[in-house]
Amino acid sequence: MAAGNTNVIRPSGAEKRSGAANGDIVRLDGAEKHFGAVRALAGVDFHVVSGECVGLVGHNGAGKSTLMHMVAGTLTPDSGAIRVHGGIEESYSVSRARQLGIRCVFQELSLCPNLSVAENTRINHASLSGFGWRRKAAELIAAKLDEIFPDHGISAWDIVGDLSIGRRQMVEVARAFTVTQDRLDLVILDEPTSSLDAHTSGQLLAFVRRFVAGGKSCILISHVLGEVLRNADRIVVMRDGKMVASDAAGAFDRDRLVTVMGGAEARQKVAAAAAAKPEARPLRVRARPAGQTDGKELVACAGEIIGLAGLAGHGQTDLLLRIFDAAARAKAGIEVTAPVALVAGDRQSDGIFPQWSIAENIGIRSLARLRNGLLISPQREAELAAFWQKKIGIRTPDMNNNIFSLSGGNQQKALFARALGSDAQIVLMDDPMRGVDIGTKLEVYDLVREEAAKGRTFLWYTTETEELDNCDHIHVFKNGRIVANLTRDELTEEKIIQSSFGDAA
Amino acid sequence: MASLKTLLARPWIWSFVGALLVWLATIAFTGGYGAGGMVTAALSLAVFTVIVGVGQMFVITLGPGNVDLSLPANIGLASAVAMKVMGGSDSMIVIGLLAALACGAAIGAINYLLIWALRIPPIIATLSASFIIQSVDISYGRGLQIKPPPGFADFTNWQVLGIPVLAILTVLFTVGAAIALQRMIYGRSVLAIGQNIRAAWLAGVNVGRIRFLTYTLSGALGGLDGALLAGYFRGANVDIGNEYLLASIAVVVIGGTSVAGGKANVPGVWGAALFLVLLLTMLNTFGVSAGVRLLLTGLIIVGVITAAGGEKAVR
Repeated sequence: MAAGNTNVIRPSGAEKRSGAANGDIVRLDGAEKHFGAVRALAGVDFHVVSGECVGLVGHNGAGKSTLMHMVAGTLTPDSGAIRVHGGIEESYSVSRARQLGIRCVFQELSLCPNLSVAENTRINHASLSGFGWRRKAAELIAAKLDEIFPDHGISAWDIVGDLSIGRRQMVEVARAFTVTQDRLDLVILDEPTSSLDAHTSGQLLAFVRRFVAGGKSCILISHVLGEVLRNADRIVVMRDGKMVASDAAGAFDRDRLVTVMGGAEARQKVAAAAAAKPEARPLRVRARPAGQTDGKELVACAGEIIGLAGLAGHGQTDLLLRIFDAAARAKAGIEVTAPVALVAGDRQSDGIFPQWSIAENIGIRSLARLRNGLLISPQREAELAAFWQKKIGIRTPDMNNNIFSLSGGNQQKALFARALGSDAQIVLMDDPMRGVDIGTKLEVYDLVREEAAKGRTFLWYTTETEELDNCDHIHVFKNGRIVANLTRDELTEEKIIQSSFGDAA
Repeated sequence: MASLKTLLARPWIWSFVGALLVWLATIAFTGGYGAGGMVTAALSLAVFTVIVGVGQMFVITLGPGNVDLSLPANIGLASAVAMKVMGGSDSMIVIGLLAALACGAAIGAINYLLIWALRIPPIIATLSASFIIQSVDISYGRGLQIKPPPGFADFTNWQVLGIPVLAILTVLFTVGAAIALQRMIYGRSVLAIGQNIRAAWLAGVNVGRIRFLTYTLSGALGGLDGALLAGYFRGANVDIGNEYLLASIAVVVIGGTSVAGGKANVPGVWGAALFLVLLLTMLNTFGVSAGVRLLLTGLIIVGVITAAGGEKAVR
């Protein structure tokens, strides 16, 4: 979603709501929340009126998710009042929020992996009962998926655990918009496009505009600032648990947003940054996707950053996993010549060890090097963790805290530290920047280029076209095959979309 | 005060507290008579539960669905193998012990082979393996000289100042197991697999090898236990390991190891084993009938697990 060329319907200025003139759907006054010693929210006044899309931006840990948990009823503020549809709510809860027409799609996906798409839909709709409830639920969710994501390719009978993370997110989003008995006035979308590719993101955002044009409301949280700028009517910026700006979307541009959010300065594209590198570097990876019929293959040498692009779920992750496997035991069609580490994008299922501290989560990939004789040295483990805490900026008072004490973006940093702190010369990245704020992203991009300059090889699958600017070579995937091979100079969003949808087999 | 607090936060402390309470209740009933002897007897018997409990703990820590149900049959067969190899002769004790270890390790390896090659859930694989082992044991053990050599029987009953030597050795063994769990690559890998097997694979843990080692270890400890039991009770028989099916799992859970995997501790196995043995002693002392004794044992285990499982989830 880099260039502003997508099919987004924007109401003209005249149609736009003027804010306070309409009835509030939800209003929080002086909301505060503490988690132990951490102040997550420090007196925030926040409201949403009907017929508007509010964009909510801020760095990881700025308090966005906490605020949204309050609106959705999953957290109660320590102090402050909540009004919904004008009436004050004394004992607000999730079920009360649902009755009042407020729903939420959270960042951490909440579908039951062992149930089908239809059964997951039923969970939110108690009125789908009696004989044939599965069929009714299936029709409901299928219709909504068709409406939001035409050509989604998801069956209502698919088991959720078998779907790719992008498709799970599509189901999650579509489910939030299904209506049976309860009213529906406001949908909170927390990073709804983080696992979606450019095409499906565009479909979703276009739907959001249609939804808002129909008099309903949305809160859109996203780290892709362009998305927010193009689709929100009003933008609220949070920093350190406070609301630091709230203004019509037209009053912001990218630079102003980044400045208000604080932290990293707005930066220009890095395209030219990488100077010509010496030739004849040793080969690190040569891999051909399983379904490849022509001669195209992925080749990566030492010091290269190779991008894997295309629509989400078109074989990029599969190829990364096959390369990962090939490092441990020989596999046909894949050649790997150095140790491999993987940075997971789906943190919860592929990366995090929930019982462990941050330090232990970082050290697991490097246990052999942390040994002193036969035993793992706690001192060396702490040193490794401290080194990476500093290097990659993991925000925590103590690396011995549980990994879940970190915000999502910082958990992701710990996973980067695990891979970069290891002996791996090849780092596979499986769309690792989901839900990571822009400041962190820029830091990690720098780090990746720095490590590549030292001779490490990166294979980087990403659903965000902007990130491909960091790559030397880009392979576009479609239906499990490489369909195009671009150098950085040839790279444009159009080219990628063209290759992704082109009929080249 | 602070150190007391950290002590109370340890999940294994409660199993020791339970053992202490049961012991106090019993000597209160007897008016202090036999207090020391009871501890000695409890230590002697707890040893056998601890040895298999540690093996079971590593297996359970591998994550949901992992459990070794073949331990009773394994113990039975290994006891027969050990006694046959020793053949009543003191010079063959070491070789007999090694044979029992090898027999147990082979059973563990076969268990994992069933799980891995045929993709059978561990619960089914180890249970069906135990039927096969039992049949082998019955046909192998029939009509054999099955008494232990006198030296071995004495060794398993040997006490120094009222403390069974076997218990001292087992304490040393469990210290080693605790170090392996927390400080060695093997233990870390087991804990990682138990929390998230896919993440462990992607973090470079050799999942297949670690699971194989864990089932083999559990089998080997079962084999060793069989030999020691045969020595202590002066004879091998098919049913000698029967009570260790429930006991091995109960001590793991009561000791504070998570049934969901990924979290384990060794001291708790000792506390829980002592608790179970002393509980039986208490009920015997109170003169409760066998039926009521079993009923109470079951209820108490359920109660302890409920109380110990009251800790909050991580998120």
